[in-house]
Amino acid sequence: MSTLTATAEEPRTTPARPAYRVTGRRVLSSEWAKLWSLRSTWITLGLGLLFLVAFGLIAASRYKSGIHTGRMDRDFAASTAVSLSLFGTNFAQLALGVLGVLVTAGEYSTGMIRSTLAAVPRRLPVLWSKAAVFGLVALAVGTVGAFVAFVFGSGIVSGTPAAMGLSHAGVVRSLLGAGLYLGLVGVIGCALGALLRSVAGGISVLVAVLMLIPGLISLLPSSWQDHISPYLPSNAGESMFALTHDATALSPGAGLLVFLGWTALALGGAAYRLARTDA
Amino acid sequence: MIDARKLTKRYGEKTAVDGLDFVVRPGTVTGFLGPNGAGKSTTMRMIVGLDAPSDGSVTVNGHHYARHQAPLQEVGTLLEAKSVHPGRSAYNHLRALALTHGIPRRRVDEVIDLAGLASVAKQRAGAFSLGMGQRLGIAAALLGDPQTVMLDEPVNGLDPEGVLWIRNLLKTLADEGRTVFVSSHLMSEMALVADHLIIVGRGRLLADTTVADLIREAGGDMVKVASQDPARLRDVLAGPGVDVTGRIGSEELQVTGLTAREIGLKAAEHGIALFELSARTVSLEEAFMDLTKDAVEYHGTTSGIETLGRPA
Repeated sequence: MSTLTATAEEPRTTPARPAYRVTGRRVLSSEWAKLWSLRSTWITLGLGLLFLVAFGLIAASRYKSGIHTGRMDRDFAASTAVSLSLFGTNFAQLALGVLGVLVTAGEYSTGMIRSTLAAVPRRLPVLWSKAAVFGLVALAVGTVGAFVAFVFGSGIVSGTPAAMGLSHAGVVRSLLGAGLYLGLVGVIGCALGALLRSVAGGISVLVAVLMLIPGLISLLPSSWQDHISPYLPSNAGESMFALTHDATALSPGAGLLVFLGWTALALGGAAYRLARTDA
Repeated sequence: MIDARKLTKRYGEKTAVDGLDFVVRPGTVTGFLGPNGAGKSTTMRMIVGLDAPSDGSVTVNGHHYARHQAPLQEVGTLLEAKSVHPGRSAYNHLRALALTHGIPRRRVDEVIDLAGLASVAKQRAGAFSLGMGQRLGIAAALLGDPQTVMLDEPVNGLDPEGVLWIRNLLKTLADEGRTVFVSSHLMSEMALVADHLIIVGRGRLLADTTVADLIREAGGDMVKVASQDPARLRDVLAGPGVDVTGRIGSEELQVTGLTAREIGLKAAEHGIALFELSARTVSLEEAFMDLTKDAVEYHGTTSGIETLGRPA
């Protein structure tokens, strides 16, 4: 602030113009303000949190009632308190990923991008800021949701074979992994929105990548599947928060690395398009 | 100060802007005129770096727009297309833009008052009328207190009071020594505010001139005179800077370089009877139409029904 007072004290014939300047931190704060000044942000984040917690509790309740009546679905038989509580991740990732697409592609569909890029004509800081701001928000929502779902979910299934506490080995790692996964899904949403510049296109690709492609892979010969399947975004991501890993799945660390790779790929594509093509 | 050199934008086969060379100077209002599709908006988008030129370059205050530390302080822009998220309030929209530059909250309130948006600043921009939207765009353009103000069709959708407001605003900004660059496809509107004109058609520069020169070049000061003895009148009027034309055998002469009053007095002095003496003023609109008639992208047609019936 000393520079400001110094210039103000200089004798001048014309009134000194304020020294404005675009900085990375200011672009970040602008994107933060933009995110929270839209109603859709609050609604979608609320839905994401609700999906995460509610579906986890529903899964835990079904497991418990299955135990009591003795009629257990085979899918549920090997469940743990962690896998039951994180059942909602599949649904929460949709809400958070879609909001990520809206954060970037929404600017193209409304025309806001012209104002944004006129203010920050170097462009790339806008993408990094959007991805960072929304990624951190999605990470926070995902982590809080995962812990809340586990605390109540493990309460429901206590006294059953699935019972587990926070102190149980790998539980905290799984819950943090789920939060991190959801944060990165948010970043991928931002990147897809900026890459495709279309809300519908971004959401379609997001859903295809996270939900459809794993299904299509099962059509391949099984020897291929084992080589491809663990590296798909959805499966690598699942390795990040799964408590137990079978022989074909990646370890949590490897899953994180692969998923980070996919995120970087999407962001790189988005950055290339943003920098190279007319807005 | 905007300096365009051989500025060119091609979209595939089509050349939207074709080697434009022009300079927009501070202290005056410069009108950017051309029919629809002449390349005005594309040129303005290139000035602020939204579109990259295919060839040539354009600088603002000596640098490429993106090279400035505080772009909004150099150029304030109103683009023709909507550039606001409809879900955000006017205040939050301006605040988000201000945050990128460290522009204080106080300045946001100032431009809101300046644009007459104080009563609706907290409402969602999506609920704004066309005129309110334009006012918000102009508030955003003035946010950084810019040296250069560039407005694309600013009077679109404004009511008469708003149009008057824009005119006064543009003149005030120019009087403060700023560079003011305003596009329009309406010559009549430009004639009221602009001193300098840059006229384009089909992406090419047609004229870089002042309003007064444009009228003069279009024969704006011609006087038509019919007399009993045109041959003698021609001799009487001849002099430096005076041009007299007329067909042989006709009573009519077209005179430039003299006013109707001067012609009348000279004729009376030499006892030549005049039958008709009229100053033919060319309106700016005519001068503009004349200049751009070959460059209009979309001609209206009155024979549309006939053409429809004809086999292709």
